[in-house]
Amino acid sequence: MAKVKARVKVQKKASVGEVIEIKTLISHPMHSGRAVDADGKTIPRNIIKSFTAKFNGNTVFNADLKPSVASNPFIVFPFKVTEAGTFDFIWVEDGGKEYTASKNMKIA
Amino acid sequence: MVAQKMTLIPRRQAMRLLTGVAASSLFPLRSFATPDKVASRISEITNGKKVSDIDIYLDMPEIAENGNQVKIVFEIDSPMNEDEYVKTVFVFADGNPEPDVAKFNFTPAMGACGATTRMRLSKTQNVIVLAEMNNGVFARADTKVKVTIGGCGG
Repeated sequence: MAKVKARVKVQKKASVGEVIEIKTLISHPMHSGRAVDADGKTIPRNIIKSFTAKFNGNTVFNADLKPSVASNPFIVFPFKVTEAGTFDFIWVEDGGKEYTASKNMKIA
Repeated sequence: MVAQKMTLIPRRQAMRLLTGVAASSLFPLRSFATPDKVASRISEITNGKKVSDIDIYLDMPEIAENGNQVKIVFEIDSPMNEDEYVKTVFVFADGNPEPDVAKFNFTPAMGACGATTRMRLSKTQNVIVLAEMNNGVFARADTKVKVTIGGCGG
């Protein structure tokens, strides 16, 4: 399987009270368990089943994904800036494997 | 030369086997969600509560050329403070193999309610967004997307 790579875009500096947009993308095939490969065999289901965003340890956003979510799940969500800190992003695959990314943000 | 022992399959049985294999490879697991299934999922979640007419801004293409990657954008006008915020947003598709697409859990820390993602659509169908507020009020938005090439593999 191709390497799973998580990418996140968060602005480095933001001012207090501002609502910023966080863009996340993880390269993952999201095998729905329905598609067939070149030999006619069904590709077993393997999807990213959940995504969580944390800021300074507190969960701010969470999404449960189903096979109907397209490959390379791309999720954009807002966040209101109150203080400087660290974002942690966690993607969980079927079978429990986790992929993570983290970003720091400063107050402008 | 050693005569090889073969199990003989009667011709009719062989034909039946072959057609069975062909049919199963042509239509693997064809059980699709229907508007009824989506409606029952929604009533399961709302638990009989009324769906109010709070505006949900839902943006999806009218015609999706490729059902593998269809962008969906939604926004709900909400103050997003501890007293009043959008708790959960469900996305359903009534023509996909499974009615559920995704479930988003929001918190007041986000300051606004909205998200963007990309989904698969196997055929022309309705996409339904159902939002649950923290006070138990529900809201929904529907849109029909025409799909030129389906995106569920097979």
